[in-house]
Amino acid sequence: MFENLTQRLQAAFANLRGKGKLTEQDVDSALRLVRMALLEADVNYKVVKDFIASVRVRAVGQEVMTSLKPAHQVIKIVREELTSLMGGSRAHLSLGGQMPAAVLMVGLQGSGKTTSAAKLARHLVSTGRSPLLVAADIYRPAAIEQLKVLGEQIKVPVFTMGDKTDPVVIAKAALEQARRQGRDIVLIDTAGRLQIDEAMMQELERIKAEVKPAEILLVVDAMTGQEAVNIAAQFHERLQITGVIMTKLDGDARGGAALSVRAVTGQPIKYIATGEKLDALEPFHPERMATRLLGMGDILTLIEKAESQFDKEQAEKLAGKLLTNQFTLEDFLQQLRQLRKMGPLDQLLGMIPGMAKMADLGQMTPDEKELGKIEAIICSMTRAERQDPAIIDAGRRRRIAAGSGTTVQDVNRLLKQFNEAKAMMKRFGNLQKDSRRRLSGRLFR
Amino acid sequence: MRLFPRIAKSQPESQDKAAGAAPTAHLPDKPATAASPEPDKRRGLFAHLVRGLAKTRENFEKHLKQFVGRSHVDEKCFEELEMALLEADAGVTVTEQLLDRLQQQVREKKLGPEQLLPALSAEVLQLLSAAAAPFAYPEKGSLRVYLVTGVNGSGKTTTIGKLAHLYRREGRQVILAACDTFRAAAVDQLATWAERTGAQIISQKAGSDPAAVAFDALQAARARQAEALIIDTAGRLQTKVPLMQELAKINRVVTRELGRSPDEVLLVLDALTGQNALSQARLFKEAVPLTGIVLTKLDSTAKGGIVLAIASELGIPVKLVGVGEKAEDLVEFDAEAFTHALFHYS
Repeated sequence: MFENLTQRLQAAFANLRGKGKLTEQDVDSALRLVRMALLEADVNYKVVKDFIASVRVRAVGQEVMTSLKPAHQVIKIVREELTSLMGGSRAHLSLGGQMPAAVLMVGLQGSGKTTSAAKLARHLVSTGRSPLLVAADIYRPAAIEQLKVLGEQIKVPVFTMGDKTDPVVIAKAALEQARRQGRDIVLIDTAGRLQIDEAMMQELERIKAEVKPAEILLVVDAMTGQEAVNIAAQFHERLQITGVIMTKLDGDARGGAALSVRAVTGQPIKYIATGEKLDALEPFHPERMATRLLGMGDILTLIEKAESQFDKEQAEKLAGKLLTNQFTLEDFLQQLRQLRKMGPLDQLLGMIPGMAKMADLGQMTPDEKELGKIEAIICSMTRAERQDPAIIDAGRRRRIAAGSGTTVQDVNRLLKQFNEAKAMMKRFGNLQKDSRRRLSGRLFR
Repeated sequence: MRLFPRIAKSQPESQDKAAGAAPTAHLPDKPATAASPEPDKRRGLFAHLVRGLAKTRENFEKHLKQFVGRSHVDEKCFEELEMALLEADAGVTVTEQLLDRLQQQVREKKLGPEQLLPALSAEVLQLLSAAAAPFAYPEKGSLRVYLVTGVNGSGKTTTIGKLAHLYRREGRQVILAACDTFRAAAVDQLATWAERTGAQIISQKAGSDPAAVAFDALQAARARQAEALIIDTAGRLQTKVPLMQELAKINRVVTRELGRSPDEVLLVLDALTGQNALSQARLFKEAVPLTGIVLTKLDSTAKGGIVLAIASELGIPVKLVGVGEKAEDLVEFDAEAFTHALFHYS
């Protein structure tokens, strides 16, 4: 997500690392790189200016000069300042107050409002709420149809009155409908508009006055350039937004807009969208993002993802099997499927500390296709073969290759890798038994 | 703090250069101009762009004011220009390049502060003209194929609607291929445009193979003797390898059937996009033979400076610009008009 910026910052600090003392010049040359990196990441140049200034003040001050490891200190300062620039701690939706609570989705054309509305609805359902989606974009061709299709996919009702009714009337009627049907949240998808389009901005103000939304979420494309600050500032001035959803963060956009938007509106980024699928909406964690920016990896998100996808009981059973060396191809298949459930592999890798540092992931790039192949091969085996791969002779290999649309070589490679892995786990299992003893010994020495 | 301590850094070497290398024009006094449309059309375009780039221009003017009345070009002048270029989304690399050349000119030609902006504008014009190329409009009696690509939400379908409108107004037979079989209601959106403009549409059910739709559409275009086939594709982020492969396949199928590459392979780019536009252009170009860029949403808030970075680093020309919501607001790009609109000095 922010890999490129992370690389830059690491490059910037490569010179600082290992130095005992920092001169003012050291700090300046590192900060010049930080500044360039942030500008290339599309952080607004004024925001960059302020950011650099505040880091510099702290970095060349006593705090650093007297500390034992000045380089670490500078990194810490940059990280802290980045975190505070992005909003400090995690911000939640506040949907208290009147029932049903209204959430207004606003933004420019093409920023991803409709898709985000559906994603948010799905997310709210998963937390036990019952949202109603409202199609208030009467301008873009087929926008209503799009929301209807998405609503069907996530099984959330969509309220529409066609494209001839004033969006204000639609919003009002939707609230009444939600009240009648006992739905507790009304998610209003409004048309994309420019922040300088007077008539269209007035329309939003009228909707706001009518439904008194609990949340007004500005949807911002992560690829937005310097203009992001003006968009955010003007939407905020007209509507007093309460939060931001940052979209398209699954590409290679460095997302500098995320840093800018918070700085100019003072409102937090509440969610980020990281994929086209409707479950690709994640809460925004400023501190994690800052850590990630500095190449320290977003290990917390990874753990959370793993926890949400892995069945705990199954995992424990698996661990037991690993240690007792009863791990079969069937377990392997199960594990593989769970791993793939967590999301695209390249995204997962990005969260592992140090991964972003490897400038060229070329050879390391996980191949989803390869995983698909492995899955196909295992699926083409009989139950007996999966339990005991030793029985797979040449004839069986040919059959498996034909059945999975692969070659005998592919099958051979998988079996070889599996055996190696198993051997390694066996060693690991023995080691662990040992080390438990040794570790406890060391702890109480 | 500034990025590039320009004056201070380059003063000594400027001495060397002035003594050594002959001051051969790094830039011709009168930059080569792109083929310009007729004056009438030109004025219309100019008006659009002047309106469209108002914000960017005002910004340049604001920075320019900072050095009115100065007796000579100093660090402060470059600082102002640097800020103006960065704020216009030109990006660090191009900004540095442009200012370096400007620096050279200041040395060689002894430019005063008030000559800085015209000189910068000439540099920009040269940059854009170098990458310029004409747009292949449809012609009577033969088939032209347009493949339209871009990331999600850049304005592909709307651009196609506008193109269809323009071609239809010229009396061309237009077929739209609905190859966005992924996004909910994308086909409906395109169908609405087909209905509005009187174009025909070829589509299959959601989730079908986009290359197959393109194939069908090409067969239909031939059978019905259409003059323009415009292929709409699903929005995709340039880093999604399987999706880029899918796009390459569409292009392959069309190229094979057509016996040549599509006449225009266009990347639709939101003018608000920052430096990620470079990555978009680069990776889309790797997947399909891009012939040009359509810059959309170039209304009165867009910056448009990213065009400089793309022209400079990738040499991909901008072919069309969308300067408003009406169908007529899609116009052919003209480097000179664009540059004038960007700086608007008199």
